[in-house]
Amino acid sequence: MSGHSRYDPKTGIEKWLDARLPIIRLGVDTLIFPSPRNLNYWWTFGAILAVMLVVQLVTGIILAMHYVPHPDHAFDAIQHINRDVNYGWLLQPMHAVGASMMFLAAYIHMFRGIYYGSAKNPREMIWIVGMVIYLLMMAAGFMGYVLPWGQMSIWGAIVITNLFSAIPPEAAGTSVTQWLWGGFAVDGPTLNRFFSLHYLLPFLIVAMVILHVWALHIPSNNNPTGISIKTKADTLDFHPYYTVKDAFAIVVFLMIFSWFLFFMPDSMGHPDNFIPANPLSTPAYIVPEWYYLPFYAMLRAVPDKLLGVLTMFGAIAILFVLPWLDTSKVRSMRYRPLAKLFFFIFVLACLGLGWCGAKLPSDLVFATGVDEAGNAVGFTFVWLSRILTLYYFAFFFPILPILGWVEKPKPRPASIEASVLAHVKGDD
Amino acid sequence: MFKRIASLAILAVFSASSALAAGGGGHKLKHEHWHFDGVFGTYDKAAAQRGFQVYQEVCSSCHGLKYVAFYNLADEGAPFYDPAFPNPNENPVAKALAKQFTITDGPDDSGDMFDRPGLTSDKLPSPFANDMAAKASNGGALPPDLSLITRARHDGSNYVYSLLTGYLDTPHGMELAAGMSYNPMFAGGDQIAMAPPLYEGSVEYTDGTEASVEQMSKDVTEFLTWAADPKMEERKRMGWMVMIYLFLLSLLLYGSYRAVWRDVEH
Repeated sequence: MSGHSRYDPKTGIEKWLDARLPIIRLGVDTLIFPSPRNLNYWWTFGAILAVMLVVQLVTGIILAMHYVPHPDHAFDAIQHINRDVNYGWLLQPMHAVGASMMFLAAYIHMFRGIYYGSAKNPREMIWIVGMVIYLLMMAAGFMGYVLPWGQMSIWGAIVITNLFSAIPPEAAGTSVTQWLWGGFAVDGPTLNRFFSLHYLLPFLIVAMVILHVWALHIPSNNNPTGISIKTKADTLDFHPYYTVKDAFAIVVFLMIFSWFLFFMPDSMGHPDNFIPANPLSTPAYIVPEWYYLPFYAMLRAVPDKLLGVLTMFGAIAILFVLPWLDTSKVRSMRYRPLAKLFFFIFVLACLGLGWCGAKLPSDLVFATGVDEAGNAVGFTFVWLSRILTLYYFAFFFPILPILGWVEKPKPRPASIEASVLAHVKGDD
Repeated sequence: MFKRIASLAILAVFSASSALAAGGGGHKLKHEHWHFDGVFGTYDKAAAQRGFQVYQEVCSSCHGLKYVAFYNLADEGAPFYDPAFPNPNENPVAKALAKQFTITDGPDDSGDMFDRPGLTSDKLPSPFANDMAAKASNGGALPPDLSLITRARHDGSNYVYSLLTGYLDTPHGMELAAGMSYNPMFAGGDQIAMAPPLYEGSVEYTDGTEASVEQMSKDVTEFLTWAADPKMEERKRMGWMVMIYLFLLSLLLYGSYRAVWRDVEH
């Protein structure tokens, strides 16, 4: 940890332990470290995510005690959990809705990072480890959705694993797909290994979260001004100032979570997943969970399969190099009028891509007329996806690098303290 | 200016989507008012009991309900729940119902299967031994198990009600495939393999309710919605306790936050 330790063992047993295993020191120094005094509520999503990760781990471990990863029993096992297991009706939807809530919090956390320049020097490693966590979350979420073995489970698995067959057979594309499946189709072996991996990934996420928090403790938090901490007057101890603020935000978030969990538990899922998996009957629409929809839209926006897959993975890969694409000397977009504009369009583009992902590519966004057969023709979702996909990539390159050179930032406060005091006096 | 651009964009998105929804094809489902609707909704026990009668006397000749055990019908929040019998296995309705069925069990000590009267712990027996037998008896169409039907379709309760009341005369000039009926509410197209199952007076209600097609459809939907989501009442009840608890906790934490930050300018 940066700076000197704030832990001072007083009792004999604390001194004895501290000399042998300084675990109390680790805990104290993790919680009591100087943080910028101006963090707003967008900064509470890190703590919210930590809580959600624990919720997922605890519910998941209990669910695994009652779940059976076998194609003949998996669907029944979910019903058994919801109908027969004590409080299973609470735990299973908590895990499923909890996954959605975790992604919601992660997306807000990531947008916040982009807006306030939290990815930039000296916090590149925090961001990169965060992207690894996001990738692991995507994999865990995908495999978790397969486990109930409903129609969307199996057909989602078929669509996603088939992406790897976009790799040409000469480059072992077919072999890779069959290796993932454990056979020649998505079947029992696939379900069994997905269960195994779904249990493994969360522990990798925990390990990455430890690295994420460790890396955060080197430069401390970024803040809404993006200005580095200069003096002690710029900071407050994380505990109790931010533990109490985070606790309040966590409880508000849990209220939103509870509303979905208790009053509309099916709203984030798809009704087809209440139909047992049937490899012989393709659903009319195959849609992934809402948190993958933007990437699904990108995949379908490209007419060529391999290029579509590359586009989709490229959309995540480009996030890893964001710290170097944003060339501006100013971190926070609060002082970057142009970047702010492009950022808000970027957020809208992501939401729009999500909308496209939920529609058929041939559906009309708006009709411009009718053809000879009397069918409406007009602007289709595939074209909206294409435009938005182009903007998604253009935002990272070339918009962000160019903005860094051409944009004239607004004047910034001299320090965090100065910005806080100006705000208190009402000149902000 | 950014706010204006953002709100214009959002407006455009929403107006486009609502135009699409309004102009979209397909037949609109009927929207009934349900006793279980909303955050305070509960099941109408009388309707669900009548619905079970409809299921048993009409639907169960082709459709199973394999995730529901007899004792489930007498659980808390279930149609035949009786507070005098907190243990649903002792509920006389569940016991009498189970006894009406003969269940094949075994093997016994000599390796033979044997028949015994149903127990409350048995699941409701499905009408066919397996899917192939079900298809063979239904002209190749598989009558789905109804345990989850109201959750396995978009807007499931309204869907089931609309489907049951949605049979119409075949439009002029339309050629139905063999064994099919015309029902524009069917999610799989306008033609459904299930013949109209309910007719005026298909069942005789013991409580004197008139057994119109609408009434029976409504009752059986109430029952099937319970079957698909039997813990709904318990869930909503706990939901309110949790919401109230979290709300009070949030007030307490907000107060703590203000107290801790009292002397800090921010």
